Formats: sequence, structure tokens, C-alpha cells
Amino acid sequence: MAEGLVVEKLHAWFGEAHVLNGIDLVVVPRAVTAIIGPSGCGKSTFVRCLNRMHEVVPGARVSGAVWLDGADVYAQDPVEVRRRVGMVFQRPTPFPTMSILDNTVAGLRLAGVRRRERLREAAERALRQAALWDEVKDRLGRPGTSLSGGQQQRLCIARALAVDPAVLLLDEPCSALDPIGTAKIEELVHELKSALTIVIVTHNMQQAARVSDWTGFFLLGHLIEFDATRQLFRTPRDPRTEAYITGRFG
Amino acid sequence: MKSVRTRRRASAARVGLTAIAALVLVAPLLAILGFLVHQGASGLDLALLSRLPKPVGEPGGGMANALVGSLILLGLAAVLGLPLGVVGGLYLAESTDRRLPSALRFLADCLNGVPSIVVGLFAYTVVVLPMRRFSALAGGLALAVIMLPIVLRTTEEMVRLVPAALREGGLALGLPRWTVALRIVVPTARAGIVTGALVALARVAGETAPLLFTALGSRLWPSGLDQPIAALPLQIFAYAISPYDEWHRQAWAGALLLIGLVLVVSVAARAATRGGGGAGR
Amino acid sequence: MTGGPTGAATGAPPPGLAAATHWARRGDRVYDAITRVGALAVIVVVAGLVVGMGHAARPAIRAFGWRFLVGSTWDPVAERFGALPFVYGTVVSSTLALALAVPVGIGAAIFLAELAPGPVRAAAAFVVELMAAVPSVVYGLWGVFVLAPLLRTWVEPALGARLGFLPLFQGPPYGVGMLAAGLVLATMVVPYVTAVGREVLRAVPDSQREAALGLGATRWETVRIAVLPYGRPGLIAAVLLALGRAVGETMAVTMVIGNRPEISLSLFAPGHTMASVIANEFAEATSDLYQGALIEIGLLLLGITALVNLLARLLVWRVARAAPGGPS
Repeated sequence: MAEGLVVEKLHAWFGEAHVLNGIDLVVVPRAVTAIIGPSGCGKSTFVRCLNRMHEVVPGARVSGAVWLDGADVYAQDPVEVRRRVGMVFQRPTPFPTMSILDNTVAGLRLAGVRRRERLREAAERALRQAALWDEVKDRLGRPGTSLSGGQQQRLCIARALAVDPAVLLLDEPCSALDPIGTAKIEELVHELKSALTIVIVTHNMQQAARVSDWTGFFLLGHLIEFDATRQLFRTPRDPRTEAYITGRFG
Repeated sequence: MKSVRTRRRASAARVGLTAIAALVLVAPLLAILGFLVHQGASGLDLALLSRLPKPVGEPGGGMANALVGSLILLGLAAVLGLPLGVVGGLYLAESTDRRLPSALRFLADCLNGVPSIVVGLFAYTVVVLPMRRFSALAGGLALAVIMLPIVLRTTEEMVRLVPAALREGGLALGLPRWTVALRIVVPTARAGIVTGALVALARVAGETAPLLFTALGSRLWPSGLDQPIAALPLQIFAYAISPYDEWHRQAWAGALLLIGLVLVVSVAARAATRGGGGAGR
Repeated sequence: MTGGPTGAATGAPPPGLAAATHWARRGDRVYDAITRVGALAVIVVVAGLVVGMGHAARPAIRAFGWRFLVGSTWDPVAERFGALPFVYGTVVSSTLALALAVPVGIGAAIFLAELAPGPVRAAAAFVVELMAAVPSVVYGLWGVFVLAPLLRTWVEPALGARLGFLPLFQGPPYGVGMLAAGLVLATMVVPYVTAVGREVLRAVPDSQREAALGLGATRWETVRIAVLPYGRPGLIAAVLLALGRAVGETMAVTMVIGNRPEISLSLFAPGHTMASVIANEFAEATSDLYQGALIEIGLLLLGITALVNLLARLLVWRVARAAPGGPS
């Protein structure tokens, strides 16, 4: 069940440092939204605020609202929020002591699903969605870490998909992968968006142009410009956006 | 499906259990310190520190000989164990040999795990038997053997902490390796090495088992390195298992003194190391 | 070597430099030799330990052979010696100690590594260090004057009344005995479990915790699925190290265990461990055979602690090698 997100006046701090300044943004459902910007601009922080991971760090603070399906995630239980807004991180992190199958259904098990039939079905569904099923269906019992880097990342995506989230956040998911792995993930993103809302953080502008429908450009904690991808890349309205995408700084 | 609230409650309960475990962990120490202060403070007076033990049953007397004896034993342990430990630690930190360093580290770790009473047996077979008498020397040797792996490890750690830049600077000036080691590296690491030695000494100051049949203990002033000698932990032990209330009182006082000294030195030494004493200054 | 001062266009280095280099190399060789001797000396000490003791234990080894390990008679007068009561005592007291110390120690380690607020962590780390620095004889003092009376007056009668149908809790409540020894050992060993356990858990990478949190796990669930499984080999090593300590502990045990070379099913009964019998009887061991028997027990003790420590080291080594594959 895909949903959209509405971000309203979002501010974030790390201790005294004010890292996000009044972000207002709409994440369109069943579409891919890319977040781009130079290092340190706050894109990772922004995305972590969407599933309430930012506040886990000691000294971190958030104000503002993020509306999901009519309710502010900051008024709900974070555990509940994180099931509905899933996340895949920069480096693949399968649980090393778990098999591929157990990794995939880890989130479901946490939610209390016990019956092995249900778990197997959910695993197959998620692994198919993550375009990994054919490669692992004969070795579901092998450890999650026995896969290649790109496969591990798709396993992490499958793990996030298994709990049936409304939104999937991808924080620079390809930065640790080779070009083939990257291409596979990008293809996957393209296929997933019909069922899911996706937000992808990337420092690779070409990638943003390739996969996303909407793009937001961040700089120094501010959202400078947000537009349909084609518009933003062809005819950026803000001079800073233009400077960034033409490579004048990075 | 479990509701989030159920999971949260189960989670909180388990977190609570671990917190209780932490309390249980800490409780005995507080109890011990509390009893030590309560029972021992009254007996901790100048008499304890300056008098010799009285014969069985007579009130009064002190542990002065045990204090002096402990200091002598620690001195012996330092003389026997520190040079070897520091040189060995230096070797481990600097050497480029292939197999000897790992063999040494392995054996030092093994030695670390040997029960102290077995070390006492070793000192017995190697010193007491040939000399045909119990002696401070045997006790000092036992303590030195216990100290050895500790000093090895802390010396190696402290020497390794010396920044490579310092070493390379010396080598680049054309100084030979041994000069760099002795004139640059060791002085820089000196504070840390000394601290490590102090920590090791504090640790063996409280050891009783290896002294039971080496130094043996005595009721008199120390009279020679080849004679039995009193030591604070030995005296505490002997008094504790005796049937006399007066001696029990002195045992508590002695224990308070012992733990006070050991803890103060250990904690001060650790704090000094953590405050960056040594390399880089 | 250093490119010397130029000027001389000849091929030969200035005479002073050649001499200096010669002495430098000499000095390095001397230095290397000395430090190597130091290193070897340590190895000699360890070898000497085993050899010297083996030699002194020969009379007993020759007299009793393998029967020493299973013989349960310990009669110095009749000069018949069997080590079984002490092996039994060591096993029971250490097992009891671990049964208490491991849950408490690991629970506390989890709390301190993952769940406790900042200042609590620092204070607790300090306390744990203090506990490890307390001398054994002080634990023994507390055990004999505080714990044993407590057991004798309150705990053992209560246990005997409620659970007396179990052979574990039968017999008169002496206070001193196996239960006291197990409790004191547990107290001494638990700081080690916690300290090592804490280090092991802190070494688990944050990315693992994040992965679990991102799935919607609660704090405890994060510990359960991401931290504990990752740290399990290290935690087992911590337990083994604690076992090694418990087995070798002497003074506190000999002060509260009752010092009787008997095998009894009851925890209330007095007993002996390998370490405590040596401490208790060695100074009075008159004959060569008697001494040899005690030294042989010392060798046995050495063997057991060496084995346990070796296992722990092996585990740590395996963990370090098989650092879970894939990007960290």
C-alpha cells in the first residue's frame, strides 16, 4: 500500500548544530523522489528524519512534522513508523548469524509472525520483488553474508520489503557497489515504484536523472529547489542548483 | 501478529531485568566496602601500624612487621620482575623477528592465567627446596613471576603508543635503532611504563596464596632475605581463620588498610594512563 | 644510510662516517641480542615452572599413577592419596559460581553496553574495575564473617525447609561449605564476565544496530537479533575466562569451604577444591610423598586452567579470523 509523505517545517539538530532548516516537501506516492546535494548538505539527515532514525543518535533533535497517511509520524510510536517507512543503508548489513531466509523475514518475525508457511511465502515474495529470488532460491539456508556485495544489498532491500512498507528510503544504496550491482539496483527501483513510494538519496546526479521522477536539491541544510526531475535538470530555476548540476562545485 | 504495545512492554521488562543484573553486580562490592569500613575503621590505629603481633590470646599488638614485610617483598618482586618485563615488553613492541614475538606473547598470556598458588608451588620447588628453608627471596620470586606477564603487556602497549613519527624522525637523522629505542622511545613511554609497573605491584600486593609456603609469614621483624617474612595479606589470613575476636578485629583493620592501598594505587595509576600520561608529552 | 655531506667528489665515504656506521650496527646487534635474551628468559621461566613441578611430583606420580585422578581417599597418615574429592570440589564450586555469575554478568554487560544512560555507564565501569582489584583474602574475610553466618542463620535453613527434598539442600546448615564457596566465587568472577562482555558488545558495529532499528525493532529486540548473536563467540570466551579464574581461586575459597576432603551431594556440606587443599595442607606436608601428591594436584590445576584459557583464546582467534564476511 503505497503512501505519500508530506514534510512540514522540518528542522533537525545534532546537539547545537542546526543541520536542517525548515524543510517543506511533498513526496509523491508511487513515484521515485531523489535527494541530491554536495557532502554535508543534510540529505542523509533529512531521510533519517522520515523514519525517525535521526533521533536515535544521542543529542539529536527534530521539530516539525512528517505526515504519512494523514498522521504525523512524530506523534506515533517510532517502532510502528519504522515498519511502515523502511530503510536500506549505504553499506549492505545482512545479519551475519542469520541465513538468507531468516534475514529476509527478520522484520516479520519481530512483528510476531511465526508460522513457517507464511514466512516462506513472504520471503519468496520479497525476494522476487528484490530481483534476488532466482539467484538464491536454492540456497536459502546459507548465511546472508555468503552473497556478493550487490546481492547483499538486494537482500537488505528484500528484508525491508518483507514487512510491506508504504515508503522505502534508500540512503546512497549503490555507493558500495560496482557498476553492475548499481545497474541492478537502479532497475529494481524502476520496477518497485509502481507498488511503492521511494525516496533515494544519491550523490550521483546521473543516477538521480536516470531513476527518479522528482528531485530535491539540498544545500547546507536548506532545500533549494524541488521539481520534476526533467525540469530540474534541464531548466533549473535557482542558480545554485544549476551550479551544482553542471559540476561547478560538488 | 504482536501489537507494538505488547512488544514494547516485553522489551521494557527485559531492559529492567538487565538493570537489576547491573545492581546485583554492584551490590557485593558496596557490601564489602561497607563492612570493611564498619568493622575495620575502629581497629585502624597507630598501634596497628607500629607494633608487632602479640602472642596468642594477648590483646593489643599490631601488624607493623607485616607492613614492612610486604614492602620488602614488593621490592624484591620489582627487582626480579620489572627489568625482565620491561625489556621483554620493549622486545615485543619493537622487534621484527618472525616467530619469537608471537611465541612470547602466547606464553605470557598462558602465564597470566596460571593460578597464583601454582606459582607459589613453583617458587617452592625452585627456591625453598634447594635452600631448605622458607624465605623472603622465594616469596619475592613468586610475586615477580606473577607480575611478569602484566608488566610485559603494559610495557608493550605503552611503547606501541609512541607515535611512529617520533621513531621515524630519529631514524631519519641517522640514529641507530638502539639509540632511537633507548633515547627517544623509552623516555617518551616512560610514564606509561612506570604506571604499568605500579599497577602490577598493586595487584601482587594483595596476593596471599603464593606466599603461603614461600615467605611463610612470621611474628617478628624481617631478619634477612633468606628467612621467612611477614606480609600483610598473610597476616590478615592467619588472623581471620583464628578463633580470637581480637585478631578478627585486627584482620578487618588490616584488610581495610590493604584494600585502601591497593585501590588507591590501582585507580590513580589507571587514571594517569587514561589522562594520556606517556606518549606524546 | 644518510647521504653524507657532499663536497668530496671521491667515491670513498669520509672515515668518520664509516666508523660511526660500524658502531651503530654493533650497537643494534647488541640491543637486539639483549632484548631477545629478555624474551627468551620469560620462556625459560614458564618452561621451568612445568619442568620443576613435574620433577617434584614424581614420587606421587610413580606411587599412584592414573589411580590418583579417580581415587577418593585422602589420608595423609596412611599415605594414601587420591585427587577425586578435590576435582569434584573444584567442578561443583566453579559450576555453581558460573551458574550465578554468567546470567548476572552478561545481563549487566548488556545493560552497561547498550541500554544504560551515559553517566551510569562510566560509574559502573569504574565499579567493575574496583571489584577486580579487590584482593582475594578480602573477599574471603567478608565471606567468612558476613556471608557464612548469613547462610547459616537464614538462607540454608530456608532452602532446607522448602527444597530439602532435593539432595542438594540436605544436611545441617554449617554456613561454610560448597554453597558459600560458590557464592563467593560468583562474586569474584562476575566483574570479569561483565568487563569482557561489555567490550565484546561494544565491538559490535553500529551498522548492525541500525539495520535492526530500521526494521522497526525495539531496544531489546535490537540487542536480541543484532547485537547478541554477533557477540556470542566473544561472550563465550568471556565465560571461559571467568571459569579459568574460578578454578584457580584459592584464598577466598579456602576460607569458606570448610576444608574437608569429602564428596557430598549436598551444597551445605563442607568440601575442598584443588587450590584450597594445596593452600591448606602444603606447609604441613611432611613426607616427600605427601608433598608430591599436593604438587601433582598443582599440576592438574595448571593443566585444567591452561586448557580452559586455550579454549577461550581459540574462540577469540576464530572470531577475529572469520570476522563476518562482506562489508562491515
